[in-house]
Amino acid sequence: MGKEAYGSSMKKLLVYLKPYRTQAILSPLFKFLEAIFDLLVPIVVKQIIDVGIANGDKPYILSMCGILIGFAVVGLTCSLVAQYFAARAAVGFSASLRRDLFSHIQKLSYAQTDRIGTSTLITRMTSDVNQLQSAVNFTLRLFLRSPIIVLGALVMAFCVHPRSAWIFVVIIPLLSVVVFAIMLRSIPLYRRVQGNLDTVTSITRENLTGVRVIRAFRKEEDEIARFESASDAHFRIQNFVGSISALMNPLTLILVNVGLIVILASGAKFVQIGDMTQGDVVAMTNYMAQILVELVKFATTIFTVNKALACASRVQAVLETPAGMPVSDLQSAQSDDGSAENGAVTFRHATLHYSEGTDPALSEIDVSIPKGATVGVIGSTGSGKTSLVNLIPRFYDVTSGAVLVNGTDVREYDINELREHISIVPQKPVLFRGTVRSNLLWGNPNATDEELLHALELAQAKDFVLAREGGLDSEITQNGGNLSGGQRQRLTIARALVKDADILILDDSSSALDYATDAALRASLRTLPHSPTVFLVSQRTSSIQHADLILVLEDGALVGIGSHNSLLENCDVYREIYQSQFQGGERR
Amino acid sequence: MKQNKTKKKAGFDRKTVLRVLQNLKGYRIPLAFSLFFATVSVAMTLYIPILTGDAIDLMIGQGRVDADGVGKILILIGICTALCALSQWLMTVLNNRITYGFVRKLRRDAFARLQRIPLSYLDSHAVGDTVSRMMSDVDQFTDGLLLGFAQFFTGILTILGTLVIMLFLNPWIALVVIVTTPLSLFVAALIAKSTHSMFLLQAKTRAEQTALIDEYIANHKLVAAFGHEDEGQAEFDEVNARLEKCSLRAIFYSSTTNPSTRFVNNLVYAGVALVGAFLCLGGTGSFTVGGLSKFLTYANQYTKPFNEISTVIAELQNALACASRLFELMDAPVLPPDAPDATVLEEANGTVSLEDVAFSYTPERPLIEGLSLTVKEGQRIAIVGPTGCGKTTLINLLMRFYDVNGGSISVSGTDIRKITRSSLRKNWGMVLQDTWLMADTVRANICFGKPDATDEEMIAAAKAAHAHSFIKRLPNGYDTVLGEGGSPLSQGQKQLLCIARVMLTLPPMLILDEATSSIDTRMELKIQRAFAEMMQGRTSFIVAHRLSTIESADVILVMRDGKIIEQGDHTSLLAQNGFYAQLYSAQFAG
Repeated sequence: MGKEAYGSSMKKLLVYLKPYRTQAILSPLFKFLEAIFDLLVPIVVKQIIDVGIANGDKPYILSMCGILIGFAVVGLTCSLVAQYFAARAAVGFSASLRRDLFSHIQKLSYAQTDRIGTSTLITRMTSDVNQLQSAVNFTLRLFLRSPIIVLGALVMAFCVHPRSAWIFVVIIPLLSVVVFAIMLRSIPLYRRVQGNLDTVTSITRENLTGVRVIRAFRKEEDEIARFESASDAHFRIQNFVGSISALMNPLTLILVNVGLIVILASGAKFVQIGDMTQGDVVAMTNYMAQILVELVKFATTIFTVNKALACASRVQAVLETPAGMPVSDLQSAQSDDGSAENGAVTFRHATLHYSEGTDPALSEIDVSIPKGATVGVIGSTGSGKTSLVNLIPRFYDVTSGAVLVNGTDVREYDINELREHISIVPQKPVLFRGTVRSNLLWGNPNATDEELLHALELAQAKDFVLAREGGLDSEITQNGGNLSGGQRQRLTIARALVKDADILILDDSSSALDYATDAALRASLRTLPHSPTVFLVSQRTSSIQHADLILVLEDGALVGIGSHNSLLENCDVYREIYQSQFQGGERR
Repeated sequence: MKQNKTKKKAGFDRKTVLRVLQNLKGYRIPLAFSLFFATVSVAMTLYIPILTGDAIDLMIGQGRVDADGVGKILILIGICTALCALSQWLMTVLNNRITYGFVRKLRRDAFARLQRIPLSYLDSHAVGDTVSRMMSDVDQFTDGLLLGFAQFFTGILTILGTLVIMLFLNPWIALVVIVTTPLSLFVAALIAKSTHSMFLLQAKTRAEQTALIDEYIANHKLVAAFGHEDEGQAEFDEVNARLEKCSLRAIFYSSTTNPSTRFVNNLVYAGVALVGAFLCLGGTGSFTVGGLSKFLTYANQYTKPFNEISTVIAELQNALACASRLFELMDAPVLPPDAPDATVLEEANGTVSLEDVAFSYTPERPLIEGLSLTVKEGQRIAIVGPTGCGKTTLINLLMRFYDVNGGSISVSGTDIRKITRSSLRKNWGMVLQDTWLMADTVRANICFGKPDATDEEMIAAAKAAHAHSFIKRLPNGYDTVLGEGGSPLSQGQKQLLCIARVMLTLPPMLILDEATSSIDTRMELKIQRAFAEMMQGRTSFIVAHRLSTIESADVILVMRDGKIIEQGDHTSLLAQNGFYAQLYSAQFAG
């Protein structure tokens, strides 16, 4: 991405500064005032030397020192005000940016989060936004101050003694060239340093997660060598960049001192002919010194801002990802035959491509599921089982065809209303930090304890929950880390059961359960009073063989519909699956 | 983990400092040079204002300028500048070399250590925690320590040098500076102290928010499925508002340090100007305008190092805390080396025997007790039992990831503790449920155990694992680079690669941990055939879920609550009508 692109995304993000416009303007303004007072100090000192000391005027010296103290007080006030406004604006900026990001990410569709990746989204929301915050803060405080001091020093030098001020005109551009050349050279290199560091980190992480495999294959020494070569590369580039950046201080020092020498030399000449006073010379040297200090500060600011620009473009990219599902523009998907109206869920020539040009994840699925039926969905990995059930709550939209829930195209529902009808147990058993209760209430915020306990019982989870200290209020750590995989899975099932939805989807949700628990669970599902339509996705025929209807998927196509027995007779794929698990199938 | 936390507090002890110094021993000479250059650069920095003042004193007024004298001084300024710049550059380059070199050394040591740490340590420490010890702790430690030390050193030198010069130039003005300086320090310390708690609160709130973001964004799909977005947003907004508030306080209060110390500085400046000017008027000629200029410059730069030093001290403390976290990792006990009389197991004959084996992860919870088992060459052992019954523990013991607490395990008739770990593991082929792949090419992953395999061998292994056809369809075939965690492969494909990895080396004994559980059923059929072939004549331990595997096993170990409760073949176990029979009938209860 080019510089302009970085800049433009930062510009777009500046919208978030708008509510803090006053602060964002006042902060640099007060910094400006502070800078003015800083610039006036050498003039006052010059007056002390040229008027006070030269004339032996003690009251004058006293009053001038009084002015210096006054400047100090005013400077402090201005600076504090500026710092406050800058902090206020920066913090407000980041808070509202984070808020919008969070809500925007919540609205992204599955397809979009899949594409961006959740870990990236998290980094963008945390460290990237933090960097932006400090960049805004720094910029407001320093971006204006430094150039003003530098230019102000130039102007003041001309006021003090125009004919020797030319050296400022020469030195300032030279200093800028040095500072910017070093920055321009080193900034891209710093990116490479970061890239190298990432490699080192990922090797470390990989070794920790794969320690068993590495030891089993006796690769310890090879891994050390791999790590060392990555770490050597990192070392080399770090030193290289370091040596370039190390030039900054010495080179600026040389330039400023050359300026000093010129000022003193010309000072000697002009003082000799009476064109310049001793105080003038002191003032000029002071201004030269101020320039050096400010340029160094300016350089660090640019560093921060530059880092932030990359962050800005990453954050902006998230915000620019269009949120939510596309609004429907179809009229014709209304049910046109009787089958759909009776069906809880109807797939009509449903085809799904995750991205353009790839093979379809689902092709031409055409089936209607009657209300209250228990449907088994079986097929090999990648055959499209999860894709199929994901279409029902509209996690993804069909590429062509349609999916109807209760006779209406899912794209015509309000998304929240649609999802009210559906309860899901995901493949990965995810719980949230909190308590058992807080997790179960996700299904229905108004559920009573009785309802919760009943759901737990159905999900075969009541015993272990009650055995935990606190029962329903026992704590659940992040990602349910203090529960076993099977316990987590049962709780996610209970959570789905708390929600009395018409359609219940269990997406391979019993994989971590032993057979006995799985069987008991399936038995209890059949007793649900509101008799929902149940989708059971599984790889095990034993889990679905008693379903009213079994859908057999292969490579995204529906290759069999029917009961266990009829499929055994008619469907090769199903028979093959069954036999692979039951060796001959005679065992029942 | 609890232990870590209590230890972390004791980060500042003398031991850590001594340890750090010990680690730095190898850098004595470059460090000495660095200090030398630092001294030169400070001396020159301090000397230049003196020269400037002297030059100014040589230009008192019209017709009273000593041009020759000024010329000489200017040449001197030039030389000093050159010296100063050169030593500054050398110092920085040297410091970089030391710092980065030290980082590299520490990481290398830590990484090498990791390879020799017992799995019991790694299993009980979060990966993220260990990674952060090796990465960010090392960085902060060296940054804080070395760069901090360099700053500290030049700061102290500057302060001392300035003091001496000022006292030498004029004790009275020096007194003004010395008396007012503590004020600046006091202000800085006060601010630092009162902001510390604000920063802590900010860090805590930030961590809280990150955890929330982590939860909601990583599980975004679930949140959408339950329509829980609004609740999430409300929770987020609440934390966000708190963060905004405490960030503002932390940032603002800490940002008052600079203006405040600058203010004190300006007061000192005014004081110096006043006293200096009056002394000039004293008329004794002992104090001149040039002298005043020198003092003003010093007064300006004198307080700066104080600020730096106070931040450096905070950094050093942090560095030591990081160092102690790092040392904790480096101090983790390493595996005992192979016994001196350990033999190299060339080609295992396939017999495995467990005699009265006892094992537990923690002494309070005994796990395996009195387990005996004799496995003949080529036998298949199926390990079955409900979820979480500790089936993987047995794998840990067989592979010698953990050592038994009692009894012994022998392979080819030799106690595995008397066999070199490397040669023992060479004889095992392992496919774990947890599919681990490197962020590297498919080729590198398959050839992990045999880097010098030919293409033919590799492809043959991939074909045997039924991985060849999907690999061919990848964008770059065998040269496709996988991401961290094996993306973009599906779980099943990852497993196939793990199988191909073992297929290539094909050791005489196998350990399969639910290897086929997440591979689809049709593929599984083919793989089971391939496995059957692979297992032919090979002793195999299988953590089994599938009836076909279980039934065909020579010995079935039934585990429950970490113990082996039944042992026998399918028929005899069914006849026992015990737990196995229960499990078996549950499987078909429908």
